[in-house]
Amino acid sequence: MQYSETKGVILDDLEQKQALALLSGDEAVAMAAFDSGVTLGTGYPGTPSTEILETFETLGGKAQWSPNEKVAMEVAIGVAFSGARALVTMKHVGLNVAADPLFTVAYIRLDGALIIVSADDPGMASSQNEQDNRRYALAAGVPMLEPSDSQEAYEFTLRAIEISERWQVPVLLRMTTRVCHSKTVVRRGTMAIPPPHSPHFEHDFPSRVMIPAYAKPAHRRLRKTLAEIAAWNDEAGPNELIKGSSSLGIITSGIAFQHVREAAPQASVLKLGMTYPLPLERMRAFAASVERCIVIEEGDPYLVEAARTAGIAVDAKPEMYRFGELNSTRVRRILNGDISSEAKPVPGKPPALCPGCPHRNVYTVLKDLGCIVAGDIGCYSLGVLPPFQAMDSLVCMGAAIGVGLGLRHSLPPAEARRVVSVLGDSTFVHSGITGLVEMVYNPPESGHVLVILDNGTTAMTGMQEHPGTGRTLNHAQTGKVIFEDLARSLGVRNVYVIDPAQDLGKFQDLIQSCLDKKELSVVIARRDCLLAARSIREYERCNEQQAD
Amino acid sequence: MNSKPTNVVIAGLGGQGVIKASDILADVAFSAGLDVKKSELHGMSQRGGSVSSDVRFGERVFSPMVPEGEADFLLVIAPDQIPVNAAALRLGGSLIDPSQIDESSLSNKKSINVALLGVLSRHLQFPVEAWTAALERNLPQKLHDANLQAFSIGRAAGQTLEQKIGQKR
Ligand SMILES: Cc1ncc(C[n+]2csc(CCOP(=O)(O)OP(=O)(O)O)c2C)c(N)n1
Ligand code: SF4
Repeated sequence: MQYSETKGVILDDLEQKQALALLSGDEAVAMAAFDSGVTLGTGYPGTPSTEILETFETLGGKAQWSPNEKVAMEVAIGVAFSGARALVTMKHVGLNVAADPLFTVAYIRLDGALIIVSADDPGMASSQNEQDNRRYALAAGVPMLEPSDSQEAYEFTLRAIEISERWQVPVLLRMTTRVCHSKTVVRRGTMAIPPPHSPHFEHDFPSRVMIPAYAKPAHRRLRKTLAEIAAWNDEAGPNELIKGSSSLGIITSGIAFQHVREAAPQASVLKLGMTYPLPLERMRAFAASVERCIVIEEGDPYLVEAARTAGIAVDAKPEMYRFGELNSTRVRRILNGDISSEAKPVPGKPPALCPGCPHRNVYTVLKDLGCIVAGDIGCYSLGVLPPFQAMDSLVCMGAAIGVGLGLRHSLPPAEARRVVSVLGDSTFVHSGITGLVEMVYNPPESGHVLVILDNGTTAMTGMQEHPGTGRTLNHAQTGKVIFEDLARSLGVRNVYVIDPAQDLGKFQDLIQSCLDKKELSVVIARRDCLLAARSIREYERCNEQQAD
Repeated sequence: MNSKPTNVVIAGLGGQGVIKASDILADVAFSAGLDVKKSELHGMSQRGGSVSSDVRFGERVFSPMVPEGEADFLLVIAPDQIPVNAAALRLGGSLIDPSQIDESSLSNKKSINVALLGVLSRHLQFPVEAWTAALERNLPQKLHDANLQAFSIGRAAGQTLEQKIGQKR
């Protein structure tokens, strides 16, 4: 494969032949990133986005996990400042963590490309909420593309790079679970984009230093750019008109488009590929060209609100279809205005902690000791379900510590003494470290107990490495954050490392003694995840051999 | 007007090879030059919860999800997951489940997913070689023998079943 100034990516004959593949949306994004010479992919694992960086790395790209999404975004911003192409991936809630840099990088004139993948999870297959991140594009003023299958995931990634470089803005690639994880046929090399710039640095204070004096004009510049992009989107954006009956017109985007084509093959359809800034004039003309125009979108009434604000008369789906994913059956119901209650699916078997999972021992003990457990997100969240029912809260990653401290500060002493914060190793690195600092800085009168469940991996999302494992995304040896040293260096005096699976009695005694202390304690329950243990041993063996 | 796609739902529990089976089926259909879409929800599957995967193929496929009550085939690896997924099957669609296989004849019990694909293969138009090739592409070398055996057992069982149904008719 090579680049040409005029044609962009050129595939040789063999590659051309291999160019048809059955890929997930995640894999297609990775392939496009690779084909377009993305310099660095950063991110933090999160279903359904995780496979993008893993695939990018397998293809030969450089990819790395950051401690959290905010850091991943910042590293990617730096890459884009150099003129190179950057890809940063995260699940929808990850963008909350990265929202701070997002809102300001929107003002900054980029030299390279910055593609931000937000993988939303309508229906919450594996998430704590179903927020609709199209709202972020609007709120931050970041152009957004929404692929509806893997072919578009491939092409829209390339287009996003083009748009990012042409207007010097970041671009949001908004995916959803069904686009990320469905496999559909992809033809590679269908689109040519220019090769990346060669990285270099030039001072440009007003463009990159967002002090108020420079941010004020930068904000005006952003709005002007967005108006230009909106005009371009009306003229030449990646939107598609399917001419059908003039009695029914449907405006749609993303995966909803596929359900629409299935449910209403005869309807006229305006499929929007770029959903911020919107091609409002095309939408207006389309709505005027049909007798009834309805917007079919998954999640929030984002397109409907925008259309109506612009004075375009469109029908909306009934509120009940805001919840959960759409499918062709639901689209048919929406078109028929059917608001009768839907058939409830037969409940399947819920997931449970693996037999022999070290988290089981921890919950057994916390339950026996009658603890109030401020919990967190990971495999160990399953401690809320029977037989344990031993986790009392889950808000967002890292919240275990703050929530536990808040409970300690406010509960009557007898109850406060029973509060324990519990989070996993990857979660601790992601956003627990600042919580630990808070614990040292504002200790509750009754002290506090933090248990870090160190199973040597990010199990929940499929066994990714993190800074506490001392291995990079591709499992090579690197710097390692030692939790016990970190806690001690912050001034926590009672720091213990223990294997919760070795001696349950000993583990129970330790937790009990910490609860009794009225001081700050950090207990690191260290035992490899059962499913990851073999690979971990294998990585360590390989890395040791290389060190020899 | 496009002809309707073939709809297959594969279901079971985390760790039973539901996704692997759907990967193999999708690969066979893809290699035959058909449009294919395959979709499932994964995330927490390693903890033994319910898993199901939709595979659709034909001239042109839009939604990656098999619409409720429109599955032509429902292939269930864990018998207790039949009621959970029954609503997927269309009237007159075929249920394929482990009761149709003599599990004791499998050289590796874990290949039951592939054995059920063998049963399914009887109902589809793809040549046997396409299945064998897809099995080999999607499984590590050391599992090839056990799975090729499982596939043949399933395919043979599928045939007897077809004959039985034929006699009843
Ligand atoms: C902001 C944010 N990013 C990512 C996720 C997805 N996610 C949930 S828990 C988790 C990490 C789990 O790893 P760990 O804390 O080590 O616990 P384990 O699953 O190994 O028990 C991740 C990546 C999320 N929920 N929120
Ligand atoms: S995958 Fe690992 S951490 Fe998760 S439940 Fe199984 S053993 Fe426990």
